[in-house]
Amino acid sequence: MSELDRQSTAIGTVEWDYAPAPEARDIVTLQERYGLFVGGRLVDPRSGEWFATIDPSSEEPLAEVAQAGPEDVDLAVQAAREAFTNGWSDIAPSERAKYLFRIARILQERSREFAVLESLNGGKPIRESRDVDVPLAAAHFFYYAGWADKLEYAFPNRRPRALGVAGQIIPWNFPLLMLSWKIAPALAAGNTVVLKPAETTPLTALLFADVVRQAELPAGVVNIITGDGRAGAALVDHPGVDKIAFTGSTEVGKAIQRRLAGTHKKLTLELGGKAANIVFDDAALDQAVEGIVNGIYFNQGHVCCAGSRLFVQESVYEPIVQKLKRRMTTLRVGDPLDKNTDVGAINSRQQLEKIEELVRSGEEEGAEIYQPPCRLPEKGYWFVPTVFTNVAQSYRIAQEEIFGPVLSVLTFRTPEEAVEKANNTPYGLSAGVWTEKGSRILWMADRLRAGVVWANTYNRFDPASPFGGYKESGFGREGGRHGLEPYLDFTAENGG
Amino acid sequence: MAQAPALPGGFELPLEPRLPRVGAVDAVALEERAATLAKRSIKRESKLQALDLAIRTMDLTTLEGADTPGKVASLATKAMRPDPTDATIPSVAALCVYPNLVPTAVERLRGSSVKVASVATAFPSGQSPLDVKITETRDVVEAGAHEVDMVIDRNAFLSGRYAKVYDEVVRVKEACGDAHLKVILETGELGTYDNVRRAALLSIAAGADFVKTSTGKISPAATLPVTLCLLEVVRDVYDETGRRIGVKAAGGIRQAKQAIQYLVLVHETLGPEWLTPDLFRLGASSLLNDVLMQIRKQRTGRYQSPDYFTID
Repeated sequence: MSELDRQSTAIGTVEWDYAPAPEARDIVTLQERYGLFVGGRLVDPRSGEWFATIDPSSEEPLAEVAQAGPEDVDLAVQAAREAFTNGWSDIAPSERAKYLFRIARILQERSREFAVLESLNGGKPIRESRDVDVPLAAAHFFYYAGWADKLEYAFPNRRPRALGVAGQIIPWNFPLLMLSWKIAPALAAGNTVVLKPAETTPLTALLFADVVRQAELPAGVVNIITGDGRAGAALVDHPGVDKIAFTGSTEVGKAIQRRLAGTHKKLTLELGGKAANIVFDDAALDQAVEGIVNGIYFNQGHVCCAGSRLFVQESVYEPIVQKLKRRMTTLRVGDPLDKNTDVGAINSRQQLEKIEELVRSGEEEGAEIYQPPCRLPEKGYWFVPTVFTNVAQSYRIAQEEIFGPVLSVLTFRTPEEAVEKANNTPYGLSAGVWTEKGSRILWMADRLRAGVVWANTYNRFDPASPFGGYKESGFGREGGRHGLEPYLDFTAENGG
Repeated sequence: MAQAPALPGGFELPLEPRLPRVGAVDAVALEERAATLAKRSIKRESKLQALDLAIRTMDLTTLEGADTPGKVASLATKAMRPDPTDATIPSVAALCVYPNLVPTAVERLRGSSVKVASVATAFPSGQSPLDVKITETRDVVEAGAHEVDMVIDRNAFLSGRYAKVYDEVVRVKEACGDAHLKVILETGELGTYDNVRRAALLSIAAGADFVKTSTGKISPAATLPVTLCLLEVVRDVYDETGRRIGVKAAGGIRQAKQAIQYLVLVHETLGPEWLTPDLFRLGASSLLNDVLMQIRKQRTGRYQSPDYFTID
């Protein structure tokens, strides 16, 4: 790099800075206050509590949102139960499909509005919310709409039936997309839902409530309650819920599993990860570098399946690290609404502090840190894309989920060693393999203990493809035909 | 005569100074990266800067059987003063013509900064004996061409005779003397990005000053991914040897918007250092007027009728 820098300054070149290209935010009309969406209406919380939700890139408040208390949760579950028994469970499956198709189309029609709001409230670059989050969310509704009247074909001879009321708790990293991963299969299977978005990112879920209204979905089929962990706990504990689907941290996932022990409730958990992204020496190196960047800096690294541990075959370690560092200098960090932004704001102060703490530990333990030169905005929560080299397998940065734009680079010599090191983690959500050799991809995929193994790509999602973890990354699958199963009851299978 | 090198298993080109190993290109990821860069939103002053650069790096081209001295003379005038009503508009980099029109181009462009580029080596097919190609190259250089755009022998390349491809480039480079050599790979005929990468490295090893995507005579001509592929080869060569090789994207680039996408590709792959006519060219026959129209739109806020831009 130093050689490169020296030569380029010697030549003397014209700088070409891209002018700001902000997406207009006036497409979004925010209310001052949002109540809870229960029984088809936005209602004030019985708890009487409200809290502010902010734009993490500026720390400006956007709106006030209700904190659901136990009584509010109870009302929401009741509304869902009522909707389930009085109609939703009896309507023709093809009618359910129509509603889902309608929701999908409305999401497409209002895609710009959703993308802008997602970036405003969550801090992610508009490029991602526009090109990934919102289109994928619509795609999930389209996909599951297709299954709604074909459940008998999805599970032949198993007599699938709806479960009842599903309680769903989603994280802040992909608010609308996680909502669609949860709601689309639940409705397709004939359930009603009570969904709690994350405390820091409730707004697209509340905008989705308007889509539900627009689609004329019967009241109570979808209920959205906002609030912090207390609201989530009340939902988990509510006896009227038949199933809990949770996406979030392993710590909370474990607590939920403990609380549900001995109850009738079904559970699926999609938890943390510390994925290995493995680059072999025969890989297409420039494209592998793109995959590494996409694996860890996509959505500021707030991705449970982020490729946060990079394993590079030692014979290509130097070119990979050199190419990676150079590529990092071209990452544009800043205003999430700027169409040229590659890396946006960290979602919350709490998350920023967690990232900072882990990065400090990496430096203290002896890893070598690299951060590209980068001017960060003064307000808001920001973290420069970071890569650690000289990382030992035992360092905290190689063990713990950072959930931020921080990559640890490790090396290996043989495929066996790569598998052994990649699997040496309590997690098992995803992995990446970069090689031109097809047989090696299959060999690796057989041995990696991860729910998703990407070959020569990373962070690629499709509604038809099941997603979920091994070990402490959780259980149950979302997406694909597999994603319907947790929302169905098969006890009638044996005539029962 | 230079000896064609042995290429052991295609693993590394055993040449001094050492070149990067051939390596591989992943088509899906390459195309995805190009598509992402194509979405960069270039506005206001940065757009004007890009449009200006698009003109300064342009090889204004006419390669028709119907080309005549009259046509080339008219285009030469356009090349020097693309917009006679606006003195701030720069000249293009070069005028690219067939060998028989080099004398006209040289005469009309004398004293200007615009270079004369001539295609050669049995353009566009390259299906002629080597001595014919060498003679043609010598002729155009003698006639005053500053730059020679040769085609590689795809007959040899696609049948695996890489040494012949290499040898031809070496011989043509010798025949060029001081003239700059651009090597056209005709990527639309090579089938895979791996082949594009191999052909580019081979040409660079043999002495190419520029690698160029296409003749413009077949489709697809230049595309963003294939240009990105070349830029990555050039970056690897620079990293390993310090040699700066130019890239020319040619064919199918008709709109200012496309030109900006190519410039973004160069900017984010090789950096601003490559954003000069010495190291990057856009080969185009009908792009210039759209760029001029966009510049005027950017400055005045209004589109003007195409009738205000001369057809040459």
